[in-house]
Amino acid sequence: MSGRRERDGNDRGLGASAASERLRVFVAMSGGVDSSVAAALLLEAGHDVTGVTLKLWGGESDTGCCSVSDVDDARRVADHLGIDHHTFNFGDDFTAHVVEPYVEQHAAGRTPNPCVECNRHVKFDRLFARAEVLGFDAVATGHHARIVTDTGGRRRIARGVDRAKDQSYVVHMLGQAQLARLLLPVGDLTKDEVRARARALGLRTAGKPDSQDVCFITSAQGRAAFLGARIPLRPGRVVDQSGAEVGRVPAVELVTIGQRKGLGLAGGGAPRFAIDVDVPAATVTVGSAGDLLAAEVRVGALAWADGPMAGDLLVQTSAHGVPHAATVAVDPADRTVVVVRWSDPARRVAPGQSVVFYDGDEVVGGGSAQA
Amino acid sequence: MPAYLDHAASTPVRPEAAAAALPFLTDLHGNPTAAHAWGRQARRALDDARDDLAEVLGARPGEVVFTSGGTEADNQAIAGVLAARGGVAVCSAIEHHAVLEPVERSGGRVVRVDHRGTIDLDALRDALDPGVTVVSVMLANNEIGVLQRLDEVVEIVRIHAPGAVVHTDAVQAFPWIDVADAAAAADLVSVSAHKFGGLKGSGALVVRPGAAVAPILRGGGQERDRRSGTPNVVGAVAMAAAARATHDHRKATVERVSALRDRLADGLLAAVPDAVETAVAGGDRSRKVAGSLHLCVPGVESEALLFLLDQAGVAASAAASCASGALDPSHVLAALGCDRALAGGSLRLSLGWNTTAADVDLALQVVPAAVARLRAAGVPR
Repeated sequence: MSGRRERDGNDRGLGASAASERLRVFVAMSGGVDSSVAAALLLEAGHDVTGVTLKLWGGESDTGCCSVSDVDDARRVADHLGIDHHTFNFGDDFTAHVVEPYVEQHAAGRTPNPCVECNRHVKFDRLFARAEVLGFDAVATGHHARIVTDTGGRRRIARGVDRAKDQSYVVHMLGQAQLARLLLPVGDLTKDEVRARARALGLRTAGKPDSQDVCFITSAQGRAAFLGARIPLRPGRVVDQSGAEVGRVPAVELVTIGQRKGLGLAGGGAPRFAIDVDVPAATVTVGSAGDLLAAEVRVGALAWADGPMAGDLLVQTSAHGVPHAATVAVDPADRTVVVVRWSDPARRVAPGQSVVFYDGDEVVGGGSAQA
Repeated sequence: MPAYLDHAASTPVRPEAAAAALPFLTDLHGNPTAAHAWGRQARRALDDARDDLAEVLGARPGEVVFTSGGTEADNQAIAGVLAARGGVAVCSAIEHHAVLEPVERSGGRVVRVDHRGTIDLDALRDALDPGVTVVSVMLANNEIGVLQRLDEVVEIVRIHAPGAVVHTDAVQAFPWIDVADAAAAADLVSVSAHKFGGLKGSGALVVRPGAAVAPILRGGGQERDRRSGTPNVVGAVAMAAAARATHDHRKATVERVSALRDRLADGLLAAVPDAVETAVAGGDRSRKVAGSLHLCVPGVESEALLFLLDQAGVAASAAASCASGALDPSHVLAALGCDRALAGGSLRLSLGWNTTAADVDLALQVVPAAVARLRAAGVPR
């Protein structure tokens, strides 16, 4: 089925499929190098470009104002490029759709993926709506991913040229309506090429380090402090599969399936991993590497690029994880869920993690791992 | 012609202020404390400015301390009294952050306002005791333009916290009301030059005799040991000229601008009938400064509205901006009990000394069209 697609083109990178078309484009500028170069490339391609930085966190929070220096970087890059720059406060949406669910998911012993939810609800839903209301034709971001179009005009997200920086996983939820109005200008470039372009253009963000981790959790304080201020963190027992206690954890809500460290286990012997987290019982079960493997994973909260897909696909379960071959089928008992049956047993997926389905390099859909 | 309707954020520099400033941007560069001709020239200009400003503020020249603006003056007032005397600070819930922050950080008390934005005098009474050393209530609010009855506030403070000094932030009031009269009973008064045709980065705090205020900037002992640092001579000179011009023209400006403001308000309310004029009931704007119009537009987001207005050449504002430039939810509207969703559609149009009928005409054309466009697009909220 992938033969119909233009595999090596990224015709929604710069809106180049209609080169004569001058689009009004919002570029979501985070203050990083990728979105800086995205703005520059769109400008070079002749579009009417406006930079937008989203204020998502801070202000009313415990961490002070949002990363003002990132907003400054974005604005100064926009000044340098000679484009308008605006800051939008989507803090309420971010709190409601990203932070609160993040906390609730942890409280329930799941492992949420806040960056995916931020893309889904804030960068895409909210910013797209704002762009449309204000008369913009398209929204661009600095994600390392591409958009490919088949001969029938149907679009999919595809992996970025720079495999090490590929972000197709975190933008997997986009459907046709959004793909038609999204531009991903740096998906055709490697990170080195992006930085080289930034240097050549004299952009101040050329050497800025990549952002890491969850933006609303400070590296100094960490996840435990963030969650501890919002939900009660309870100590838990760590047991082996026979039920015998083998260790203790200070907060069962912070344990993720597959976790090896911080389980209070005695040293020596074969490595043991968390294979189950039962928050109500405050119990973590550990087992061997082999026990961590599963034959299948059930995936709900599905989003598809162009309608549901089943059959043999590649399936990726973390942002920079290795995709594994699997057969994907709708659960006949619950048609809102698909069952991913691995070709070879694969590591258990922590409930709440995003599971993304690929046809070759192209995203066909994804969802959230179920318990 | 675009319409600048954001005078509450900053006003255009008055020609009188620019003319007064110009020599100090060219030839007159002396440090006013220097013992030579250049220094004496600067010193004289600074003291002339002090005399002029004191006169329009109803103060004696020795009571005027030049500052870097309203925020420094407000901080100086609160932190200066607490540093000198300790005790508890009290302010209203709708103060500018330059007052609210120092009060809250010192563990002070914040007094509620009613839905019209007037300080609750009973709550004020309850917040006062002999341990209170400074009470700060603004003359006019920066977001909604509501004037406080400062005389009543002072009367209550004198009874229930007899040792306390009263500070008033007159930054937004000065263009519109005679601060010399309205703040006569206050011990400390803040003003900021760029809100009335002066330059950004200059302001003043009036310190009446007996109001013990410790300096927050220490060093060379300028401003009679009350504010160290080389004085901003050009700023002070421009401020004095702007203050004089504002004072001399105030009556005519208020008459002219309040008529423009009323036409704008009535026109917008007619064109957008479900818009709510903040802190105004039955069209009575007598408790607001003449240049202020604040609306909440249901079903519209301020950021989107301001974006469209900007594109159409109308400069307006919503709530207070944070350092990133994003709009933060307004503590003032929250204090009025304004629903957060409704407050999300807030729009402040602030007129000033050079606002014209054409500015109002443009806003009357652009604002309803932008609101209609946003509503047609069905903004999610």
